[in-house]
Amino acid sequence: MLASVTVPLTLLGLLEREPSHGYDLKRDYDAYFGRGKPLPFGQVYATLSRLARDGKVIGGEAEPGAGPDRKPYAITELGSKEFDSWLSLPIEPEPHLQTVLFSKVVLALMLGRPAETYLDAQRAAHVQRMRELTEIKRTGGLMDTLLADHGLFHLEADLRWIDVTSARLTALAEMVRDS
Amino acid sequence: MNSPNLLSARASALLVEAKDVWLSFGNTPALAGASLSVTSGEILAVMGPSGSGKSTLLHCLAGIFTPHRGEVWFNGERLDTLADSRRTELRRTAFGFVFQFGQLVPELTVADNIALPLLLNRARRKAAYAKASAWLPRLELDGLGGRRTGELSGGQAQRVALARALVARPKVLFADEPTGSLDTLTGELVMNLLVGLAREEGTTVVLVTHDARVAAYADREVMVRDGQVVNRAELQVEVTR
Repeated sequence: MLASVTVPLTLLGLLEREPSHGYDLKRDYDAYFGRGKPLPFGQVYATLSRLARDGKVIGGEAEPGAGPDRKPYAITELGSKEFDSWLSLPIEPEPHLQTVLFSKVVLALMLGRPAETYLDAQRAAHVQRMRELTEIKRTGGLMDTLLADHGLFHLEADLRWIDVTSARLTALAEMVRDS
Repeated sequence: MNSPNLLSARASALLVEAKDVWLSFGNTPALAGASLSVTSGEILAVMGPSGSGKSTLLHCLAGIFTPHRGEVWFNGERLDTLADSRRTELRRTAFGFVFQFGQLVPELTVADNIALPLLLNRARRKAAYAKASAWLPRLELDGLGGRRTGELSGGQAQRVALARALVARPKVLFADEPTGSLDTLTGELVMNLLVGLAREEGTTVVLVTHDARVAAYADREVMVRDGQVVNRAELQVEVTR
């Protein structure tokens, strides 16, 4: 499952595709991002309530005869802007970003956005951070070098994932479109 | 965010440029409209997956390959339409080369190999060997001048190759996977020397690598994909926190 900070943004991304009910959002979230750890219903509705309170989504009337989970939600302009900003800006390079990057790539492909450009921007941010760490190694002592090495090797692992994912974008886009 | 080095490099003169360069080998396209600029004193990393065209682009920039379409410029001179003799002269006098495997002459000594470009430029033998010897300590090769290069370790051989590439004080050093055959620590030593010496000498460097750790030594990097250059300078690198 994605880090909790990403859940609201991922739900916004799913709503960017089309207005949806809480139940359908949970189903799509679990299919793409849950990976065996489904999002609890309670968290879905709590997140949607917070997003509605902050003006990022708007909840419609529950459909007659249906339970509370049949209430439709749509993304607002504010929510759409926040999602776009999150999707297009690289994340601060640090180890273990794969899950967030993964959700960005899938959402971008789902919405027909330029996933390759986002990955290129993320790669550039990673190499920029690696450049800073390399400079620390060039000018610092042995302890600085060891710490910088730790960061460099982890960033390199992220970059490998970015490169392999870039090479698989066409196949991934087909899979996301067909599912 | 751009580094001060990068900003100052951009302000300086354009030294090497490819404009919409195309090249195929048989029916296989290697470059498909690649464009690239390198300013004087800049250290540029050219990255890309295997088969992306990054080495072919380096060979075009260095006048080794001639593109089928497009233009290659060096220091205000159009390289791709020059006579072979002038291009050969430029490769001998203005360009230095380091490849993945040093391509040294194994039967010759370290000093012979380093002096070779100077001798080919018709320097006097004594002067050439004096200059070659002066490079040995700069590359941590003290005492190895008389050793045959076939007897050297990979890291030592690459340092000799670096000395040979820089001894004639070229304007541009073209390095193609210079650490590709070395282990991590030896590769770091070679890169530290390469970057340090290039900065001391004011040499521009075009560095082809698939390795992000090597690219991180450069002022700037570009990505080659499917024979075209993706200019990272245009990409958003501010990050969300």
